[in-house]
Amino acid sequence: MKMIRGYPDYMRESIERVERTRAERLKTPYPPMSLAEREVLLHRFHPDFREEQKRPIAFGPSRGLKVNHELANVIESHPLVPSTLNLSQVDYQVDVLIIGGGGAGTVAAIWAVQEGIHPEKVLIATKLRHGDSNSTMAQGGIQAADRENDSPLIHYLDAMGGGHFTNKPELVQALVSDAPRIIKWHESLGVMYDKDEAGNFVENPGGGTSRKRLHSAKDYTGLEIMRVVRDESRNLSVPVIEFAPAVELLMDERGQVAGAVLLNLETKEYVVVRAKATILATGGFGRLHMQGFPTTNHYGATGDGLVLAYHVGAELVDLDSVQYHPTGAAFPPQIAGLLITEKVRGMGATPVNADGELFVYPLEPRDVESSAFIRECYDREKGVITPTGMRGVWLDAPMIDMIHGEGAIREALPAMWRMYERFGIDMTRDPILVFPTLHYQNGGIAIDVDGATTVPGLFVGGEASGGVHGKNRLMGNSLLDFNVFGMRAGISAARYARQVEVGHLSLAHVDRYEELLKDAGIVTDRTSPVLLPEYRGKEALERQLDVLI
Amino acid sequence: MTIHVHEQVHRPRVSDQGFDARTPKVRIYLMGKEYQVPNVLTIMAAIEYAGYRLVRGCGCRAGFCGACSTIYRKTDDYKLYSALACQTLVEEGMYLVQIPFVPAVKSLYDMEEITLTDNVILRYYPEIARCVSCNTCTRSCPQGIRVMDYIQASLRGNIARAAHLSFDCIQCGLCSSRCPADIKHYHVGQLVRRVYETRIAPKSPHLARRIEELDSGVYDEEMNRLMTSSLSELKQRYESRKIEPVSED
Repeated sequence: MKMIRGYPDYMRESIERVERTRAERLKTPYPPMSLAEREVLLHRFHPDFREEQKRPIAFGPSRGLKVNHELANVIESHPLVPSTLNLSQVDYQVDVLIIGGGGAGTVAAIWAVQEGIHPEKVLIATKLRHGDSNSTMAQGGIQAADRENDSPLIHYLDAMGGGHFTNKPELVQALVSDAPRIIKWHESLGVMYDKDEAGNFVENPGGGTSRKRLHSAKDYTGLEIMRVVRDESRNLSVPVIEFAPAVELLMDERGQVAGAVLLNLETKEYVVVRAKATILATGGFGRLHMQGFPTTNHYGATGDGLVLAYHVGAELVDLDSVQYHPTGAAFPPQIAGLLITEKVRGMGATPVNADGELFVYPLEPRDVESSAFIRECYDREKGVITPTGMRGVWLDAPMIDMIHGEGAIREALPAMWRMYERFGIDMTRDPILVFPTLHYQNGGIAIDVDGATTVPGLFVGGEASGGVHGKNRLMGNSLLDFNVFGMRAGISAARYARQVEVGHLSLAHVDRYEELLKDAGIVTDRTSPVLLPEYRGKEALERQLDVLI
Repeated sequence: MTIHVHEQVHRPRVSDQGFDARTPKVRIYLMGKEYQVPNVLTIMAAIEYAGYRLVRGCGCRAGFCGACSTIYRKTDDYKLYSALACQTLVEEGMYLVQIPFVPAVKSLYDMEEITLTDNVILRYYPEIARCVSCNTCTRSCPQGIRVMDYIQASLRGNIARAAHLSFDCIQCGLCSSRCPADIKHYHVGQLVRRVYETRIAPKSPHLARRIEELDSGVYDEEMNRLMTSSLSELKQRYESRKIEPVSED
């Protein structure tokens, strides 16, 4: 196969058609859909509406909630540890245990300390390294209504409409009202958002936002926020145990959550943490690969928090919906499914089919935009087919430099440029091929405005929680979410820890969960949480011997 | 009437990395042991293809987290190369080892107490004065950052330049693992950026005003109305909202 500047020659023919319509597309905008048009499109093409891919959860407080089989499987699994596990040796005794060392967990730690908990009485336990998280991978920006033509009210409307009006109003109110304060906090910590010479933030629109509200730090926004809050947490000397995921929560005889059992991933020893308050900040579930989709998520995003919370009787909400980001890379195959930030469209690049036609308003909410891409590729048959059989539509990146001036891509989207350059593609000259990819866990563990769950002693912040975004999150509301609800969970957990008495540690809830499984007639050898996905080569696995060394 | 066409939707298998049995293989050496792997794989995918279950040395798998620092040499080549395993294709004859962790010391500081009057970077990281300008840090950076230049800018107290030059750092630590002067470049970069933003960059004029409005309850009444309005009312308000165009600056 002959390759020309990173693309096989047959794809070049389609690129030429894209180039021919570029000037016209720069001049003529495409109209957004009405709410009614969105609904029709979603029902026909969005993966959430594939009934055969889902089943109702069989038991527990969220019984009947229809979720993808991949998620139902980890819920309908045996816990990893038995109720008889010896808990007599307590390895850590803390006020606030935070499970998960991404954005939400780190923000929670800082605010728990601000609220008066001594850093030595806070503990972050995380599966991989401190900061290995979806937070770090978020590129495009964080929403906050701080410009003069904007307001928290418009932000509220945008978020509710994007979520099909299923979001919990009080959570959205908290989200949009705290947003400017969060940006101010970041400014005081030293997060380097893009600004002009007068200090005004450079703000872009996102899918489903009616104002330019996305604050970004080039296309490393999540990385920049994460590394600053992590640096702050390290300056406060908050203890962190890395490579130690939680495998089960602990309770006491009064039914309060009272810490967790961690697993040392190197030695496979278990570690007992007794805590007055516990925060789940375990992030999302992309690595469960719903419906076989590739994902933008980090290696540890296996939905552990949902499983742990369900074991202790917490409610799960809105997990019937999953976010597929419209622009996952579709070519080259080495980066298939990786995130192409929405900022690319926010800065003016339009999606285009194989014939160079613009077929959808470029900034619909993500579920709508994704559905339009799927329709273009599989119903109208106007996608581009890659050498490995994947289909995608073009995202006409060179438009960005034409709109904002030469050098805009290199300046505002260095991560994107670098990723393509590594595989021989220059996105300042050529469009890039995209297809929807599994991106975000819209729903999660039900919380109130304080990040508290229905189970005493258990708090949640960030992607693991549910209700903030309803059935579809808008761009830039997840970085905001982990800051707002990480902060709120940290403060609430600190306050709770000051007044609670913890009794005897117990794993009796594991037996109760086994009873629920049995009563629901579930016979399986599955265990969960799954901790890490399985990517080992088939050929190697087939010849592996199960030998104890 | 809605028609379900989902059945036709083809999706790549999770493991589909663009190879099959006919894909040519290359020889690579993982910690000295030979494996044959498809030539289209990234180093990370090749390690997994060979049968490793990664725990260390794997994070975001997309070039943003710096967990997969890898050093390697090639057959008949004396040079030691460095790369991110998730962003680099395998080549014939690579001798590879992953660095799980760079044990670099980070200085502790209180941002509130930092002033620009002294050379604040030297105070917390005095070893930057030992830089011999060998440029090994720059050559080892998988992001292509001019690492030595930002260390030199930090040394001269040019905080703004150091902050911007270091911005794309993913803190993988490869620079610091190879530095003959034991400089902890990525921690220095973290400090200069925080100092730049808090002490040099202009503050947003809008932000304070909006927070004052929020604190004084300007939006409370209207927010309450939104939160308690009926679904049809909310939909009507949503559909009638004005959308600011992309190009209007």
